[in-house]
Amino acid sequence: MNLFEPFQFAFFRNGIIVAVLAGAICGLIGVYVVLRQMSYIGHGLSHSIFGGAAASAVLSVNFYLGAGVWGLLSALMIGRVARRGKIGSDAAIGVITTASFAMGLALSNVFGQAKRSIDAVLFGSILGVGGSDVIAVVGAGVLSVVVIYACYRQLLFATFDPEVADVSGVNVARMEALLMLMLATTILFTMKVMGVLLISAMLVTPAATARMMTNSFSRMLTIAPIIGALCGGVGMLLSYHIDVSPGATIILLASTVFLVVFTVTGSRGRRNVGDLAHH
Amino acid sequence: MTSVDSPTTPGEVAGSDRPLVEVNGVSHSYGGPVVLDHIHLSIEAGSFLGIIGPSGSGKTTLLRIILGNLTPTLGTVQRQPARRVAYVPQVETVNWNFPITVSEVVLMSRPSSARRPWATAAERRDVSLVLEQLGLGGLEDRHIRELSGGQQQRVFLARALHRQPDLLVLDEPTSGVDVRTRHEVVHLLTDLHRDGMAVVLTTHDINGLATHLPRIACVNRELIAIGSPRDVLTPQVLERTYGAPMEVLEHGGLLLVTDSPLGTS
Repeated sequence: MNLFEPFQFAFFRNGIIVAVLAGAICGLIGVYVVLRQMSYIGHGLSHSIFGGAAASAVLSVNFYLGAGVWGLLSALMIGRVARRGKIGSDAAIGVITTASFAMGLALSNVFGQAKRSIDAVLFGSILGVGGSDVIAVVGAGVLSVVVIYACYRQLLFATFDPEVADVSGVNVARMEALLMLMLATTILFTMKVMGVLLISAMLVTPAATARMMTNSFSRMLTIAPIIGALCGGVGMLLSYHIDVSPGATIILLASTVFLVVFTVTGSRGRRNVGDLAHH
Repeated sequence: MTSVDSPTTPGEVAGSDRPLVEVNGVSHSYGGPVVLDHIHLSIEAGSFLGIIGPSGSGKTTLLRIILGNLTPTLGTVQRQPARRVAYVPQVETVNWNFPITVSEVVLMSRPSSARRPWATAAERRDVSLVLEQLGLGGLEDRHIRELSGGQQQRVFLARALHRQPDLLVLDEPTSGVDVRTRHEVVHLLTDLHRDGMAVVLTTHDINGLATHLPRIACVNRELIAIGSPRDVLTPQVLERTYGAPMEVLEHGGLLLVTDSPLGTS
């Protein structure tokens, strides 16, 4: 077996570039997602965007345009429902995003010709990854790195201690909006390879693994993208050779790395990652 | 309100023409009952004020209004522009499991001078200086959970001081800390006040903290009394504040507030 055989195909070269970048970006944004306990929002947003992706496929509209506008509308609706105060934001996310997801599935059933691209969005595929997708993922990565570089301390302050950050002159609402923008962009531009159903795992697993390895925020912000990128690249190669969808392979690999680190770091690592849900 | 305030209190900076914060007729409600009713309060430059009252009396709401975190339902709050305010929250509210080191906590209080994530040499020097000042030298790379209770409290004080504030606001600075840490905090705040910094804090700790302050405000929905401990800590004011009979004793020149045994008030 020639390990590097798939590199002769242009679609694979594009796919592996996107997978490495997607893993790195998910790892980077995942640090904030995990520490702010936003994983449910990430999960919901990816499901919501699926409705837009399905509608785009059926109407032959540009994928990023359709899914992006749909995701934005869903986010606005979540905010509007949650602000009315009768139900919590978690319930609002649950209702709106699952409705959007169900609509995507219904479209998939009614318009059979769109089934292939909808399957690709659900489970991830490298077959449809072209040069424009590579550019889109590079754009999402550059946006995230520039925002985090320029607003590093404000984002950290707003994540760690939003009330004191507000008193100290940090525009917490703007920082939260920036994080949501980065999260939505990351999901939108990486879901083709990772798949809607698996992308939220990629947002959480590398960051949770990095949390077990360090007690420093800046080091976590370095380690998580490296784990994500490695899992993306190696997972893509494995996916080709074992003929399993790339999203599933990458997530299984990331989960294996998590388990290894969980075992190796012992009680310290277990306490760190366990505490993510208890503060 | 029982107004027993003296024109100037020990430590206040003479000649400060306008208060740092002026709370005028402030009332607040979170949509239900009124939690603060018609409060007037002014915080002068260099003053040192402790706010006491029972749980649910509106102390933290008043603090949040002073900080500007909360807009009151009624009344106005005037703040001197360009004055720096720093806030030290209750240690119980801190997420001790967050992956963050001592120096990362202190650094976050000021925006990066070079617009980049890592600290400049000058910033690292400033952080070391403030940590040394608080007896935390050499702990820069420690995770905040790995510190003692007193050190943890001082890290958040260091973050506030790194802002070089004109007004330092603390919510229950001695809550949940041992006696030694409480002494450290009281001495530190007294030193900062002596150096001219205005300090406002809330506390439940009347004997351990409030009696050591130059000025106390008793709050229970309304401002019941404000002035020096000797003027304010009377059985009448305390009963109005806490809704229970209390006795005030004097021991070694210090006031001591105790629960009054049932039926003796």
